Amino acid sequence: MLLRFHAAGRDDIHHTPQETFYRKGGCIYMDSKNIIRLENISVSFDDQSVLQNLDLQISDGEFVTLLGPSGCGKTTTLRIIGGFLKPDSGSVFFDDQLVTDLPPHKRPVNTIFQRYALFPHLNVFDNVAFGMQVRKMKKEEIRERVEEMLRLVNLTGFEKRSVNTLSGGQQQRVAIARALAIHPRVLLLDEPLAALDLKLRKDMQAELKNIQKRLGITFIYVTHDQEEALSMSDTVVVMDSGKIQQIGTPQDIYNEPTNAFVADFIGESNILDGVMLSDYLVEFFGRKFSCLDSGFEPNEPVDVVIRPEDIDIVEPIKGDLVGTVTSVTFKGVHYETIVDFKGFKWMIQTTDFYDVDRTIGIKLNPEDIHIMKKSEYSGMFGDYSSYSEEFDEMADPEAALTGEEAEER
Amino acid sequence: MKTLSRIYTALIFLFLYSPIAVLVVFSFNNSRNRVKWNGFTLKWYADLFENELILESLKVTLTVAILAAVISTVIGTLAAIGIHGMNRKLRQTFLAVNNIPMVNPEIVTGISMMLMFVFVFRMTGLLRPGFFTLLLAHITFCIPYVVLQVMPKLRQMNRHLYEAAVDLGCPPVSAFFKVVLPEIFPGVLTGALMAFTMSLDDFVISYFNAGSTAQTLPVTVYSMTKKPMTPEINALSTLMFLAVLLLLILVNVAQIRDASKKGRKI
Ligand SMILES: Nc1ncnc2c1ncn2[C@@H]1O[C@H](COP(=O)(O)OP(=O)(O)OP(=O)(O)O)[C@@H](O)[C@H]1O
Ligand SMILES: [Mg+2]
Repeated sequence: MLLRFHAAGRDDIHHTPQETFYRKGGCIYMDSKNIIRLENISVSFDDQSVLQNLDLQISDGEFVTLLGPSGCGKTTTLRIIGGFLKPDSGSVFFDDQLVTDLPPHKRPVNTIFQRYALFPHLNVFDNVAFGMQVRKMKKEEIRERVEEMLRLVNLTGFEKRSVNTLSGGQQQRVAIARALAIHPRVLLLDEPLAALDLKLRKDMQAELKNIQKRLGITFIYVTHDQEEALSMSDTVVVMDSGKIQQIGTPQDIYNEPTNAFVADFIGESNILDGVMLSDYLVEFFGRKFSCLDSGFEPNEPVDVVIRPEDIDIVEPIKGDLVGTVTSVTFKGVHYETIVDFKGFKWMIQTTDFYDVDRTIGIKLNPEDIHIMKKSEYSGMFGDYSSYSEEFDEMADPEAALTGEEAEER
Repeated sequence: MKTLSRIYTALIFLFLYSPIAVLVVFSFNNSRNRVKWNGFTLKWYADLFENELILESLKVTLTVAILAAVISTVIGTLAAIGIHGMNRKLRQTFLAVNNIPMVNPEIVTGISMMLMFVFVFRMTGLLRPGFFTLLLAHITFCIPYVVLQVMPKLRQMNRHLYEAAVDLGCPPVSAFFKVVLPEIFPGVLTGALMAFTMSLDDFVISYFNAGSTAQTLPVTVYSMTKKPMTPEINALSTLMFLAVLLLLILVNVAQIRDASKKGRKI
């Protein structure tokens, strides 16, 4: 049954040999085939701009994640794709057809809402069957497919249960089964795992990714958890204050952030002021370093990103730079060491222990240095001078969220 | 202290209900005398059901109450949904406007409606005072009560439920009936019962808006008191009291049931 659907949903591939497609990590990719395209979308609420001239293309079969801090416009983007919100300006295309004015019930897109939104007066079976009953499918077929969907989400035998008696994780599975039962081309998921505890969240991440691969459906996934985004996605879209900051594979986003915001939001980064003397040569801290970047103006001021785990600690005399350790925190896999270089503090992750007040040298290889153009975010991130454990916890969106969730229960 | 407060409560209930108790007792009195007990009888109740005037106004009362309850429930529920969808400022304004008729003295509401109906009748020849104006008046004063019962249900509802139904391919109207209505139904039901009770109960507004062709029971009772009174009135009033009491109990039971259902969910 599942396989039949899989093949049926992909008929277009077999009939269009001129289109090239290739396999990568189990998903099918097609060049030049967008399933969804947002063009120049702008939205504001009460004169407050929420999305500004947003352009986004999503390929068929992709797992795309919208990643960004709270309030950056992720949910708003999703609601525009789902048809629940009309943009003030701009267009939405589905399979190259304009759907900006198409109401949600006519779009081949389904949504998993953050609070599940199961129908409380219906049992599990009727919740999953809802979309099929609306489509007036045959009773036998509905029963078959409900069973298939419940099997897919590991809820076989729960048909008769009232949805009010299910745990959060189970409710989420019912919501997924309900949305997948009508075979959408695209599934929109708005922080679907935010309310689950860490362990369950990890399991569900793997399960969702699995389902996406098996069914070959396009997933558009919203989260503000960067780890979740990196581990699940084919493509990550990093957003801040209503604008897309960067689109790329998880590796691209991590290794080649386009500006200080992305570098800081994805993982830890030391971000320094530098000057690009010429191609492949950058100066910072009064020293010249060779790097792999080119294409800048001569003497152009730039932001230099150095990831804490890329830095090699050496004897002071052998180091490119020499600094003093100001704090050390054991993190399990590594020590998080804060080192003062002429008043500018860096974070270095090392498996060796260097005690506070010890003088160390560091060595930077060309491939450890990443150069970014100056942006509006320059100077806002990447300095660990005010860094402390407490501060880190407060700024951690996950910690904040768990508190909120706990209160709600 | 405890006994004192008990006595106090008992006194309050005595003051509140002794008039009704007297009324009920004397509706069974086998005499026209309103002071002396002359033995038990059901005669006045029997008379009641032979009195053409009373039967006619009973029919009017029930017809108006049922129609007013149904129509005001439909309008009030739709209004509540509309108000719920507004932004906060507009919503608060509309709720305030909704509350005015409930705190406004009934006599003002009654007279103002009468003046308007007469005005429209004089200008256009439409809305001759009678059954139809009576019904319009009742619908009007019932709507705010329905709105007030439905609003909290809408507020409690997960606001994504409707969107989820539409998302699964349900057209908007059918999504309302399949998902929203079952959720707010307890509120709609109590709203309807309340509207029915209010309509059954009303005297002042009916008095001014019924014209001469369509008298409701309370209006008939009032006109009977102008002539030499018979204990029939006691019997009739007793029945009306019991009917309204029954309805109020129904409303309360419905509300308690709903509350305990919610409790179980959590
Ligand atoms: N209906 C609305 N009316 C007014 N403002 C709104 C509305 N919906 C969203 N906003 C505002 O738009 C901005 C973006 O909201 P959105 O829900 O898209 O953020 P988000 O990225 O999903 O954030 P979060 O991670 O907290 O869910 C926020 O500042 C929010 O206050
Ligand atoms: Mg959101």
